[in-house]
Amino acid sequence: MPQNEVIEGLGLDEYKYGFVDEEQHVFRTRPGLDEEIVRQISAQKEEPEWMLEFRLKALKIYESKPMPTWGGDLSELEDTLDQIYFYVRPSERMGTSWDEVPENIKRTYERLGIPEAEQKVLAGLGAQYESEMVYHSLKEEWEAQGVIFDSIEDGLRKHPELFRKYFATVVPPGDNKFAALNSAVWSGGSFVYIPPGVELDTPLQAYFRVNQERMGQFERTLIIADENSRAHYIEGCTAPVYSTESFHSGVIEIVVLPGAHFRYTTIQNWSNNMYNLVTQRALVHRGAAMEWLDGNLGSKLTMKYPSCYLVGEGAHGSILSIAYAGDGQHQDTGGKVVHAAPNTSSTIVSKSISKGHGRSSYRGLCKVYEGAVNSRSNVECDALLINETSRTDTYPYIEIEEKRASVGHEATVSKVGDEQLFYLMSRGMSEEEAMALIVRGFIEPIAKELPLEYAVELNKLIELEMEGSVG
Amino acid sequence: MSQSPILKISGLTARVADEDIEILKGVDLELGEGEIHAIMGPNGSGKSTLAKVIAGHPGYEATGGQVLFRGEDVLEMEPDERSQAGIFLAFQYPVEIPGVSIANFLRTALEARLDGDEELDLFDFQDLLLERMEMLDMDPSFAERPVNDGFSGGEKKRNEILQMAVLQPLLAVMDETDSGLDIDALRVVANGVNTLRKEHPEMTVLLITHYQRLLNYIRPDYVHVMVDGRIVRSGGPEVALELEEQGYADWKDKEQEAAAV
Repeated sequence: MPQNEVIEGLGLDEYKYGFVDEEQHVFRTRPGLDEEIVRQISAQKEEPEWMLEFRLKALKIYESKPMPTWGGDLSELEDTLDQIYFYVRPSERMGTSWDEVPENIKRTYERLGIPEAEQKVLAGLGAQYESEMVYHSLKEEWEAQGVIFDSIEDGLRKHPELFRKYFATVVPPGDNKFAALNSAVWSGGSFVYIPPGVELDTPLQAYFRVNQERMGQFERTLIIADENSRAHYIEGCTAPVYSTESFHSGVIEIVVLPGAHFRYTTIQNWSNNMYNLVTQRALVHRGAAMEWLDGNLGSKLTMKYPSCYLVGEGAHGSILSIAYAGDGQHQDTGGKVVHAAPNTSSTIVSKSISKGHGRSSYRGLCKVYEGAVNSRSNVECDALLINETSRTDTYPYIEIEEKRASVGHEATVSKVGDEQLFYLMSRGMSEEEAMALIVRGFIEPIAKELPLEYAVELNKLIELEMEGSVG
Repeated sequence: MSQSPILKISGLTARVADEDIEILKGVDLELGEGEIHAIMGPNGSGKSTLAKVIAGHPGYEATGGQVLFRGEDVLEMEPDERSQAGIFLAFQYPVEIPGVSIANFLRTALEARLDGDEELDLFDFQDLLLERMEMLDMDPSFAERPVNDGFSGGEKKRNEILQMAVLQPLLAVMDETDSGLDIDALRVVANGVNTLRKEHPEMTVLLITHYQRLLNYIRPDYVHVMVDGRIVRSGGPEVALELEEQGYADWKDKEQEAAAV
C-alpha cells in the first residue's frame, strides 16, 4: 500500500476510535514551565487538591535544584526545556504524520518485519487496536483476582486511598531535579496493584494498555506488589520509538511488600534526539525480591540507574542491564543497591556495547548501612567496544558502614578483536555477520532473561546496527 | 600428480602486516586432490604463517607469488570467501566466543553459505549436527557450550574437528593441531580426521606440525620440510622419520651456510 493511502486510512481510524470532539479535548500548555502551567495540567486532569499542592511543591523543588553535572552532558538541555510543551493531550500527539517519521526509522521497522499497523503505533501515529481483544480477556481474569492494572490517572481517580498511601513514597520529589520535574508535570503511566498471595503467570504489559493515555514524556508509574504476591511487568519495546519530543523524564516507583516477588522488564529504543532521564526505584521489604531487567538503546543521552532499597530483613534485589551506545549516543546507566537491613543480598550485572563514537558509562552505587549484617552484594560490569573510537567508563561507588558484609565488584572491558573476527570469517561469515554474532554472544546472559519475542527482536536489531560498523 | 593440483603455491613471499621482515621467502607447493601433505619445520620457520596466509589472516600480507585454489587466486579473496570456496583452517589457538553456543555458531556459518533468499532448515541442521557429533564420538551437550569458552586444550581442538566435519571443506589446513595435546587427546583428534577422510576421500589435508608423532596417527602421502621461509626438502613419509632422528639442526646449518655464501 502506498504511504499516503496508509495515512489517509489512519486518519479515519483515529476519528473512529473516539478522539472526535476537538473543541473539548484538544489541549496543550504553552511552551516552558511555570506555576500557571502546573495548575492547568492538574485542572485538566480534574485532580484532587492534594495532588495540585504536591505538584506545586515539586515545581519549587525543581526550580531550586541546579542542573546535575556529575553524569552525562546536560548543558544543552536548559534551552530545550524552555521550548518544550510540558503537557499535550494524547489526542494531540497523534497529530504527527507518517511523512515526518525519519526514513531510517521506517527502514528499521521494515527490516524488523513489524506489521504496518504496529509501525504507526511505534511512530506515535496511532494506537494498538488488535491487542484490545487479548487484553480484555486477560483483564477480566486479573480483575477476578483483584489485580488493578490501570492508567496512573485512573489509579488516582478510582483508588484514591491506596494511591495516596504509596505515591511518592519511594521517589520523593526532593530526590533529584528530574524526579521533582516529573512530580510537577507527570502525565501517563501505569498504576498496578497485586493483592496478597496472587501469582500472575502472564506478564502485565504496558503495551496492552495503550488505548488509554499512552506513555508520555513525563510518565509516572506506581506499582504495589502486596505480601507474597508474584508478578512480572513489561514495558517498552526493542523497535525504535519515534517521537517529535526530545525529552523524556519518567519516574517508576515500586513497593514490594514482605514475601512478594516482582520483576520489571523494560526495553527502550528512543530516537537519537532524545534526552532520557528516568528515576526507577523499588522499596523491597522483608523476604521480598525485586528484579529489574533494563535495556537502553537509542537516545542522545540516557541517564538511568534502576535501584533497589532493601529495607526488610532477607530482601533481595537484582539489576540486569544492557546498554547500547551507537554513534553520537551516550548511555550513562547502571544500578543502585542500598542494604538497610540484615541478611539482604543483591546482584548487579551490567553490559554495555559502544559503537562508532558512542559512549557508555557504568555508574553504580552499593551502600551497606551499619546493622545490615551478613549482607552480600556482587557487581559485575562488562563493556564491549566495537570500534577504536568507541568509549566506555566505569564509576562504581561503594559505601560500606557494616563490617560484617561482603561486597564484590568486577569490571571488564573488551574489544571486538581481529582474532575473533578472523576466526568467524574463516568459517564463512561476513565481517558484519561475525560482528553481530560476537555482540549477541556478549549480551546473551541478559537476553536469555527476556521474553522470547523481545530477545528475537533485540537480536535482529543488533544485526541491523552492526551493518556499517566495519572499517 | 595426474590431475591439476587443488592448491598450487608458487613463489609465495609474505610478511607480518606493517613490518619489513619477510617470513615466507618464496614457497612453492602443490597439493593434489585427496592427498595428505605434512609441513614440518622448527619454530619460527614460517609454517604457521603459511597456514594463515592461505586462510587470509589480516595480520599477514602476501608480498609476492601466487596461491591458486582450484585455479582461483585466493590472495584476492576475503577470508569468508575462501571459507565458502572450500578452504578450512583448523586453528592452532582457537578463539573464544563467549555467549555463542557451538550449535548457534555452526548454524550461522552454514547460513552464511546460502544465497540471500534460501533458509537453513533448523531440523535438518539439528540432524546434521547430531550425526556429525555421533561420528566423532562426542556428547550432544558439547554443542550447547559457548565456543571455546573455558575449554581445555583438547576440547578446543575437538571443536575444530567438529567444525570441519560440519562444514566439509575441500581443503583442510591444520595448524599445529597437535600442539599442547596429550597422547589421548591427540588420538581422538587424529581419529576424527581419519574418519572424515574415510567418508570424504577427496578431502585434501595440509598438516602443519613441529613433531613427528602426529604423523603416526595421520599418515601423510608427502612430507615437506620448511626452514627459514622456504621448503628445503620434499619427499615421502620417510622424511619425517629422518627428521625425528636427526632433528632440524642440520637443515638450519645448511641454511646459514647458504646465506653466508
